[in-house]
Amino acid sequence: MGGQTGFGPVPVEDDGQFFHADWEARVYAIVRVLQRRGVINAAFDDLRDAIERIPPAEYLTMSYYERWLRAAEMLLAERKLLADD
Amino acid sequence: MSGEHGELPIAARVRRLEERLIAAGLATDEELDEILERVFTSASPVNGARMVARSWKDPDYRDRLLADGNAAAAELGFGAGTRGYLLKAVENTPDVHNMIVCTLCSCYPTALLGPSPSWYKSFAYRSRAVREPRAVLAEFGLELPDSTEIRVWDANSETRYLVLPLRAEGADEMDESELASLVTRNGLIGTAIR
Repeated sequence: MGGQTGFGPVPVEDDGQFFHADWEARVYAIVRVLQRRGVINAAFDDLRDAIERIPPAEYLTMSYYERWLRAAEMLLAERKLLADD
Repeated sequence: MSGEHGELPIAARVRRLEERLIAAGLATDEELDEILERVFTSASPVNGARMVARSWKDPDYRDRLLADGNAAAAELGFGAGTRGYLLKAVENTPDVHNMIVCTLCSCYPTALLGPSPSWYKSFAYRSRAVREPRAVLAEFGLELPDSTEIRVWDANSETRYLVLPLRAEGADEMDESELASLVTRNGLIGTAIR
């Protein structure tokens, strides 16, 4: 992302809120709880690595917490930590 | 995996993941609620502003902050929130202005700066801050003289930054809480003077 061009001006306004939908807050809490369990390491870099592994074409269409959600799902699936449906 | 639930509205997909985590013994509803309660009540730019105000009042604290950000945060009671990464404070001077970006995602000391602004997470800020910082700062209304060196710090999950803004004029006559009220979240990121 660093140094790429074409994303236009910075949307400098901000409302100072943590989340803009309930599901965003739940995703945040899920990621934090996975950190406590050691599924995501304390420094967060395995979550970040998973975010970076989202295919670019999808990445660019996702919102911020959608990327977190997708990355958490990826890590859980890779580590086979959830029962199959 | 994303394909299998891709058709679900995102809120339902999140709830589904929560249920599966609870079933697997990896989370409880109470714990998820408690995590959110804690972030809403403890993470705030007021915390970073207090560290700045203390630095403006107490040169020894400033030295300790620049030498070891984590220890300086802990001195003011923010140790728990800054665990797990290296906190580095970078000081603005009349000749040098610092600004923080995370080009990869949004790494940022939430405990001290509060919720990261939407713009901090935007593709525009992340892509452009490292290439044309002066133009980006101008979009925030911050026009710096050409003679001011701009240093851009790209945060990562292991090292996160806090900008120590230029000392406010009249700081000698103000107490710490008055000084802290002058410091904004954008100032702590470097997209405002303070």
